[in-house]
Amino acid sequence: MDLTIVWAVIIAFSVAMYVVMDGFDLGIGILFPRFRVGTERDQAMNAIAPVWDGNETWLVLGGGGLLAAFPLAYAIILPALYAPLMAMLLGLVFRGVAFEFRWRDPGHRQFWDAGFCLGSLVASFAQGITLGALLQGITIEGRAYAGGWWEWLTPFSLLTGASLAVAYALLGAAWLIWKTQGALHDDARRFATWLLPVFLLMVGAVSLATPFLEAQYHQRWFEWPGLLLTMTMPLLFGITALIAWEGIRRGRDWLPFVAVLGLFALTLAGLAVSIWPDVIPGRVTIWQAAAPYSSQLFMLVGALVLVPMILAYTAWSYWVFRGKVGEEGYH
Amino acid sequence: MADGETALLLARIQFAFTVSFHFIFPAFSIGLASYLAMLEALWLRTGHERYHNLFKYWLKIFAIAFAMAVVSGIVMSYQFGTNWSVFSDRAGPIIGPLMAYEVLTAFFLEAGFLGVMLFGMDRVGKGLHFFATLMVALGTFISAFWILSVNSWMHTPTGWAQNEVGQFVPAGSWLDIIFNPSFPYRLVHTVLAAYLTTALVVGGVGAWHLLKGRGTPEVRTMFSMAMWMLALVAPVQIFAGDLHGLNTLEHQPAKIMAMEGHFQSHPEGAPLILFGLPDQAAQTMRGAVQIPHLGSLILKHDANAPMAGLDTVPLADQPPVAILFWSFRIMVGLGLLMFGLGLWSLAARVRRKLFDWRLLHRAALLMGPSGFVAVIAGWITTEVGRQPWVIYGLMRTSEARAPIDAPAVATSLAFFVIVYFIVFGAGTLYILKLMGHAPAEAEPGPAETPIRSAGITPAAAVERGGEG
Repeated sequence: MDLTIVWAVIIAFSVAMYVVMDGFDLGIGILFPRFRVGTERDQAMNAIAPVWDGNETWLVLGGGGLLAAFPLAYAIILPALYAPLMAMLLGLVFRGVAFEFRWRDPGHRQFWDAGFCLGSLVASFAQGITLGALLQGITIEGRAYAGGWWEWLTPFSLLTGASLAVAYALLGAAWLIWKTQGALHDDARRFATWLLPVFLLMVGAVSLATPFLEAQYHQRWFEWPGLLLTMTMPLLFGITALIAWEGIRRGRDWLPFVAVLGLFALTLAGLAVSIWPDVIPGRVTIWQAAAPYSSQLFMLVGALVLVPMILAYTAWSYWVFRGKVGEEGYH
Repeated sequence: MADGETALLLARIQFAFTVSFHFIFPAFSIGLASYLAMLEALWLRTGHERYHNLFKYWLKIFAIAFAMAVVSGIVMSYQFGTNWSVFSDRAGPIIGPLMAYEVLTAFFLEAGFLGVMLFGMDRVGKGLHFFATLMVALGTFISAFWILSVNSWMHTPTGWAQNEVGQFVPAGSWLDIIFNPSFPYRLVHTVLAAYLTTALVVGGVGAWHLLKGRGTPEVRTMFSMAMWMLALVAPVQIFAGDLHGLNTLEHQPAKIMAMEGHFQSHPEGAPLILFGLPDQAAQTMRGAVQIPHLGSLILKHDANAPMAGLDTVPLADQPPVAILFWSFRIMVGLGLLMFGLGLWSLAARVRRKLFDWRLLHRAALLMGPSGFVAVIAGWITTEVGRQPWVIYGLMRTSEARAPIDAPAVATSLAFFVIVYFIVFGAGTLYILKLMGHAPAEAEPGPAETPIRSAGITPAAAVERGGEG
């Protein structure tokens, strides 16, 4: 069996897990200033406080896994995206400490709340830029990145940055519809009603621009058999978007989140179609960047045992904190 | 070329800065997680509320320290690539899997059970909650295991081969890579250092409240536990440190030469230089205060054993002597003071004055932060002592750098300095603020704060001193 493919799937799975799980944390951070100071903000924070750390760990697995399984890709991508990644890391610093600090210092709660929001926004935007920069292609010479430190900055990467921030905000609003009640729940539904159309517009714009970035993407989407996918993908996307819309307007509390997850899954699948089998789109394939067999095998033994365990206790932790936040507040 | 050297220097400063800040938090949280597990175990076993109160008291402090450890740690896991990409490319097949195991076995375990540990007592019950605490404590230890294995491999690389593109790849058994020659020593020495650091902090906080006349059962218990830990672990640590030094002498003799300030070889037995001013350019120690033959006695266990000096090492392969010479002395000096404090506390117990010997309490308070200083000094000793190599003897630090221009690194470094001082400065203040209150008789836990939000703010909960 080709372990390189197995590892590509595992890394893609980690990135997808990260996007979905930290996505709603970051989205709530982005929406944070729109919540009323006091109960609403406290509730929003509590909807993610017990789980955010585990969610963020998928980012470390994505990065660490890339280093382990595709060291060449790690060594090229990270310097190429130096500025956005540094911004992301610093944003995550502010986001992460806000969970504790805002409770410890009511006098400066506004400052840490602002840090929570800006940190989430910067991190989301930077992640979107990273995606855009990878899709549009980076300059490589030999085994190293050979562009400057602003090469990532293009209208396209700014578009993907903004799109991801909107996507996370939508996911965050959907999570709050599920996890909260009262005024915050109603606010979340209201935000989601305008976030969903904006999200659809932006995904549409990115999807239309992408095939013209590289011949490879064009070929994937506009030549047989990809053309079949090009026809069905918007259809599937449209149906899911309709379900999400109905869910947000009047559906059960869990429905918007599940439907938006569906939209994320379709988007990620679309990206996979464009990129496969490259690890650096249009530049380096997974086989060119792969670590030797013995490294892949050594890690796979652990991953096969540990990833199911991780999923199990993560699910347990979510189960422990199930239900609406703040329901049992007074006692 | 000059630009490349500036960029290299900046990247090194950035790594040193971010890793030093990061290391402070795990050095505390590894020990504190174990201490919390012990407190909860004692509470469940004895039913004494003072253990429960202490548990909740330190849990709030742990939450802040842990958050800072997490956010500063993510920076490290990406910085290998952003700033040291050539190193990542070449060493990735070996260190990558070890770090992936750290994520899979440690980070997820800590993060997955942290929520329950902090907020879940009422939801899962005592037994499962204790299990969550144990998993978090275990996670901190496993994390130390893997990352120190990686670090040790960079000091004493074994089990590798080189492939056609210059990457270091596993040559045979992974056990040779994981359990490389310096790893067992480094692991024991570092984990004991984390325990000592925590014991000193807990002891310092206890001493502060004793000095302030708040000798509640909780305060007495924590001071006593901390002093036991110190008295028992400090001597073990000195022994472990000595073994670690002998291991370094075997594998990285130049590091020991620099730590000892031995510029010259001593065929008839080396002295122990207590103090002096190293002058690396002139390859000489100025104004050395030394004890003849003691160096050989300590390092070779034979007063007349010959010892080579830095005159046998080309200048280009020597580590920076002055930094090592001093950081080593700071670490050892503090270690001896810790040992002394532990002995003093034993004497105080014998004389039944543990809780009212004010001079002892003052000393314990003064020594409260000394663990952090010793940990950082020790880390500087071992890491600066590896220079000029990033993988000892195989790859130079100067070859490892990412192709990032100096202005980019200068900008990110400036941001790191500003953000870290604001964020971690504030976090340290909040920890000190929590420590400033003595543990109350019905200490509120972190669960009283964030999770039950509806109308209850933590400030109110702290003021009420009740459990909601």
